[in-house]
Amino acid sequence: MNKLEVKNVGKSFDGKPVLRNVSVELNRGELVCLLGVSGGGKTTLFNIISGLLTPDEGQVLLDGRDITNQPGNVSYMLQKDLLLPYRTIEDNAALPLLLKGVKKKQARLQVSPMFSQFGLDGTQKKYPSQLSGGMRQRAALLRTYMFSKDVALLDEPFSALDTITKSSMHKWYLDVMEKIQLSTLFITHDIDEAILISDRLYLLSGSPGEITGEIVIKEPKPRREDFNLTAEFMEYKRKILSLL
Amino acid sequence: MLRRNIPSVTAVAALLIIWQTVSATGLIPSFMLPSPKEVIIAFVSEFPSLLENSVITLQEAFIGLFLGVSVGFCVAVLMDTFEVLYKAFYPLLVITQTIPSVAIAPLLVLWFGYEMLPKIVLIVISTFFPVTVGLLDGFRSADKDTIGLLRSMGANRTQIFRYIKFPSALPQLFSGLKIAAAYSVVGAVISEWLGGFGGLGVYMTRVKKAFAFDKMFAVIFLISAISLALMALVGFAEKKCMPYRNISEKEKNK
Repeated sequence: MNKLEVKNVGKSFDGKPVLRNVSVELNRGELVCLLGVSGGGKTTLFNIISGLLTPDEGQVLLDGRDITNQPGNVSYMLQKDLLLPYRTIEDNAALPLLLKGVKKKQARLQVSPMFSQFGLDGTQKKYPSQLSGGMRQRAALLRTYMFSKDVALLDEPFSALDTITKSSMHKWYLDVMEKIQLSTLFITHDIDEAILISDRLYLLSGSPGEITGEIVIKEPKPRREDFNLTAEFMEYKRKILSLL
Repeated sequence: MLRRNIPSVTAVAALLIIWQTVSATGLIPSFMLPSPKEVIIAFVSEFPSLLENSVITLQEAFIGLFLGVSVGFCVAVLMDTFEVLYKAFYPLLVITQTIPSVAIAPLLVLWFGYEMLPKIVLIVISTFFPVTVGLLDGFRSADKDTIGLLRSMGANRTQIFRYIKFPSALPQLFSGLKIAAAYSVVGAVISEWLGGFGGLGVYMTRVKKAFAFDKMFAVIFLISAISLALMALVGFAEKKCMPYRNISEKEKNK
């Protein structure tokens, strides 16, 4: 069954259409990329899914339940980590639980076993300013995960990181996803990144933004070390470029 | 720490030495400017009286500061919550600050008498403004994306205030508090000066009338010291409330 489904969503701002008839499906445990140029309505779509924006038409379903215009169901993570600088990593990660009314002590207890899974051991009592960019993104993902255990929306989460950190974050992310059975909708404008990590990807392009193609990456996971150097990889890339 | 303070300590010491020499050599007669030594002697001999009056002044300052900060906090929260209130009252707030406190203090005496009330009212008027303005700026500096993120997690207004807006405003709140702390002592002294039965301001009017400038200087230094101590107290609370700031500063200094 579909974990998350976006059905025929359309949205205009001041009469200018930004999204038209966008439909996206995300299955359980799947990583789906939404690939498109910057300013192509990707972030608008994310705000609609997370309930911060009301679509003009269409709906958003989570486990078959209508969550259109309802914040508090799925959370997201952005390029900016948005960690609260005045809270320790532990308390940042526990924030979603605190918002749900869990007591502070209890919340910390629930968060603490996740630190090793997310490769964040030893950072519990540190403040965000003491961590590197990559580690901060891990902490931000942990916070997202503490909010909704099975779906994550990621909006260009690694695009501010340098190439080397980025590629180690990809490995880390796929590893974590497998461990915690996360379904992910991942926005990116980086074609290589999309092919490298996704099971399936949608191309969002044009103005207003429309889904112009859907590609399944058949390469099994975990992916080969040199997958991005293979002919198949280049073939995917060629196909994407022709569709964008 | 010590090394950083060397220039300022040297400057103060030099100033004191010059002052002492100028007075001791009779360049300026002592009824016009008492020497530091005379000021110290006056301070020691007048200590019981100074202490008694400081207690009154400090009491007024503390009550006024507490009320002023509370009022400032409430006004800031209301003005942040309701945009209409912000637009309606912000200019008025600024105007209240352009009225010199020496001008309203006698009026307050007229309305509220010679007891503690007019002093406290004056302190509230002069301390709530820096707190309100600091908090309002702080609330507005809260990161919009972070607020959006918390909303997506289902946070309500109170939670957004508690987890984002208030902590984001802490640095500005403390800047405002430091100013308010200094104002509170000065405000107390001014209103005592302009009408009252006790306190350092009243003491000042007495020694002024007696032309006892050594005592006058002693009380001036005492008031400065009290203001500085209050500001240091706020600074200490600031460090305690925002441990994360010290960390980033320490790492920057490495």
